[in-house]
Amino acid sequence: MSLARSLFGTTRTRAYVGATTVRATFSNRTPLSFRILQAQQTRYLTEHARSAIDNAIKSSSVVLFMKGTPEFPQCGFSRATIQILGLQGVDPEKFSAFNVLEDNELRQGIKEYSNWPTIPQLYVNGEFIGGCDILIAMHQSGELAELLEKANVLVPEPVENAETK
Amino acid sequence: MSTDASAEPEKFPNFGDSETPYEDKIRWVLTQNLKPTYLKIHNDSHKHAHHAPMRDSVSQETHFRLEIVSEAFEGKRLPMRHRLVYQMFSKEMNAEGGIHAMQLLTLTPKEWEERQGKK
Repeated sequence: MSLARSLFGTTRTRAYVGATTVRATFSNRTPLSFRILQAQQTRYLTEHARSAIDNAIKSSSVVLFMKGTPEFPQCGFSRATIQILGLQGVDPEKFSAFNVLEDNELRQGIKEYSNWPTIPQLYVNGEFIGGCDILIAMHQSGELAELLEKANVLVPEPVENAETK
Repeated sequence: MSTDASAEPEKFPNFGDSETPYEDKIRWVLTQNLKPTYLKIHNDSHKHAHHAPMRDSVSQETHFRLEIVSEAFEGKRLPMRHRLVYQMFSKEMNAEGGIHAMQLLTLTPKEWEERQGKK
């Protein structure tokens, strides 16, 4: 736990750059149709929202959509996920977290984008990996270590100076 | 009005009088669709009742933890298995005051046996 905290203590949570554009797109619609859409709970992803999420996913090798920040997760499942990434030794330089609680369009949009109804959601090199349960299962089975190793997103091993005399 | 492809079978019973309508529905839908060889539904809502998002919730059924063992998971990777289950309850998960979290353990009978053997 302290490992996770120290590793991610310096991680910055990037702002959701697309947020303003997305909001503008929504408010340009006539209020009535927007209200009907809301009433029917029809979720749909505008091109703007989609490309903003595309960019978010490309912003780092490891991208986590979570509730709260790595320093202050606002949900136990997001906290568990951060802890796992810390234990695995994910390089903070190759990691970005997006706080969905800061932006409702992102919160709804990412669910549709990933076809996944819950948060957190992890992407590695643009590929959807899963939510908290999947990460715990993959962590326990060793699959996650393998995947992160292959993706080259771990903190480099300190070079042992074995030849020192 | 509902036009979405629903996982519910036609003869879906009315759970309106039940104290645990979501749990009943989950059991019914999963049993119908996945024919699980083992199914356990844990209602963990009380553990999360103090969370900020639950402050205005009156539902006693917000957080579920499901253990599902089914042949239907054979040949599917974990995200696909979870999507399969989530999609059956998309209405309940999207509803205001509906199901907030659904933890899933999705195993094939073979994986389940291996797991039992380890214990």
